[in-house]
Amino acid sequence: MKAKHKKTIVRIVIASILTVALAFNPFNLEKEPLFFLYLIPYVIIGYDVLIKAVKGIRNLQAMDENFLMTVATLGAMALGFTYTGDYNEAVAVMIFYQIGELFQALAVEKSRTSITKLMEIRPDYALIEEDGELTEVDPDDVEVGTTIVVRPGDRVPIDGIIISGTSSLNTSALTGESIPKDVSEGDEILSGCINLSGVLKVRTTREFGDSTVSKILDMVENASGRKSRSEAFITKFAKAYTPFVVASAVLVAVLPPLFLIIGGSDPEIQQWVYRALTFLVISCPCALVISVPLGFFAGLGGASREGILIKGSNYLEALAGTEIIVFDKTGTLTKGVFEVSEVRGTDIPEERMIELAALAESSSPHPIAGSLIAAYGKEIDRTRVTSVEDVPGMGVNATVDGIRVSVGNNRLMEKMGIQCDESDHLGTIVHVALDGSYAGSIVISDIVKEESKTAMEMLRSAGVKRTVMLTGDRDSVAMAVSEEVGVSEYRGNLLPGDKLLELEELMGESSERGKVVFVGDGINDAPSLVRSDVGITMGSIGSDAAIEASDVVIMDDDVRRVAVGIGISRKCMRIVNTNIIVTLIVKFGFLGLSLFGLVDMWLAILADVGVMIAAVLNSARALRYNSGIEGPKFQADADIE
Amino acid sequence: MKKKYKVEVDCAACAAKMEDAAKKVDGVADASINFMAAKMTVEFEDGVDEIDTMKKVLKACKKVESDCSIEF
Repeated sequence: MKAKHKKTIVRIVIASILTVALAFNPFNLEKEPLFFLYLIPYVIIGYDVLIKAVKGIRNLQAMDENFLMTVATLGAMALGFTYTGDYNEAVAVMIFYQIGELFQALAVEKSRTSITKLMEIRPDYALIEEDGELTEVDPDDVEVGTTIVVRPGDRVPIDGIIISGTSSLNTSALTGESIPKDVSEGDEILSGCINLSGVLKVRTTREFGDSTVSKILDMVENASGRKSRSEAFITKFAKAYTPFVVASAVLVAVLPPLFLIIGGSDPEIQQWVYRALTFLVISCPCALVISVPLGFFAGLGGASREGILIKGSNYLEALAGTEIIVFDKTGTLTKGVFEVSEVRGTDIPEERMIELAALAESSSPHPIAGSLIAAYGKEIDRTRVTSVEDVPGMGVNATVDGIRVSVGNNRLMEKMGIQCDESDHLGTIVHVALDGSYAGSIVISDIVKEESKTAMEMLRSAGVKRTVMLTGDRDSVAMAVSEEVGVSEYRGNLLPGDKLLELEELMGESSERGKVVFVGDGINDAPSLVRSDVGITMGSIGSDAAIEASDVVIMDDDVRRVAVGIGISRKCMRIVNTNIIVTLIVKFGFLGLSLFGLVDMWLAILADVGVMIAAVLNSARALRYNSGIEGPKFQADADIE
Repeated sequence: MKKKYKVEVDCAACAAKMEDAAKKVDGVADASINFMAAKMTVEFEDGVDEIDTMKKVLKACKKVESDCSIEF
């Protein structure tokens, strides 16, 4: 608790004691002198509100809660002075208002600290070696290409490449992986990791602002900047609501007495003014203004604890309305680790086939290239490969040792007019042609992630209507995988461009309010990520393009977290909607009752502060979500042990 | 040039007022406050002194919200 808040508590206590004492009227004073005694607790508890109200008027921003409270309490004091002699209400309203404000400030502070834990992965300094001495500098000032030193126990401040030293890294803040990763000279190193054992010298490859850790923090910090519809509604509502209530209060104070005078009876001015003042007390929109953003903030924070970074509350809102989820197969439902399982239909030796295919594919970023190279198992001599021609969605043509090697799927073979062996073998089939004649095929199979099946069940029970798998693989492979995983539909045989068309078709089929979510690994699927209502990438921390294109980033590659994210967003939206509805019912209910004189100022302020406290406590629930997934939590305090 | 600063402010409405005030300061191209993260992002115009400008920003903010603070 800050000094400011402690001071408020002291003020609340002193003002309360004084007010209670004065309520007994120990000096048996008339109402006029009593007024001046009551001014003491009133000023003690309310001076800052009064000052802010005056400033608000001077800055032409009068219609805020300080103004409302000032008019209501000063009005009540004036009524006491002229008619009733009761000043307790005015001071009590101010006291309860301050209690409410204090509570609100504490609640905001508490959820801030529990969420900013994640932000503790921010490195404070970078170490630079100068003339044999280490100096700490602001990571912002380190230029690309500078050599920095990372000692054991330090957090890597900036992305770079290790130029000397070996060590193991704790990457759990980035990937959730708890097993340390061994690194040595030449390895790429991402900021945010913790160096565990040896001293490393790192040549930076990015500025601090572009480094992984900054990107993640930016995402978390800017998340509450993107407003959801509910938040936009509340902001608009609060803007219109306060002037509306003030105008109504003026009407309540003026119109009925006017009619009564015309009707020839007692205008009861005092009573109507009192009702108008009560109106003002109830009207304070604090409960909504604070609880709705707090609810979203807690929801975003709860998600980031689960390793799900959501770029804004608008995406949280959209995620709650998920109707169709589209998965890119490779890397999301499957491990994306391909292994060569068979070489078939060839007269040349298996090793030679794999060698030629691996060399031809050696410059391709496609996962299949990686598995061919892994199966080859020897150093790739790039000088043996010339005139590489990439055929998107089909394969590669390259000249290896003077032989024109074509490696790719059956479409590539068809395009080149080569007859190839169509087989229904499960797995990805890579056909190889040498100098234009068919040489055989290599079968590569991908492994389905263990958690994919559970994830689909979780999604179904969360009420997601359709789960669709998209893949460039042949129909037979797509069918086998879709059955194993348990998606409701699949589309196979797609070229990269087709995936976007399929997605758009599905978006056309979804209901008006239903959202279509696309889940991919961030490689080659940026258009789909951007086009979908919510684009989710998994396990792609360190890839700028993926983080840029997606709306939600799942830090590890556990596909169950997609379902957890939807669960969190649904819970959060339930909480926010409950808060909005309950608050509005209470507010308008009390406004109506006060019109008929059924509510006095005491009840009005209690209802106002009460509903605010209830809404804030309710909002804080959005932070807690039991995902049922064991394993690492993405919090900074979990990784420093 | 964009920079982020830690701010201290208690209510969302006050943060919005500070944001408006900061935007009007000379040398500030754009400013925004993320109330929940307690962060102020200021985009400076080219060639202005950041510290000087931030002093002006703080002054402008204090005018609309007396008990706020900005770390810079």
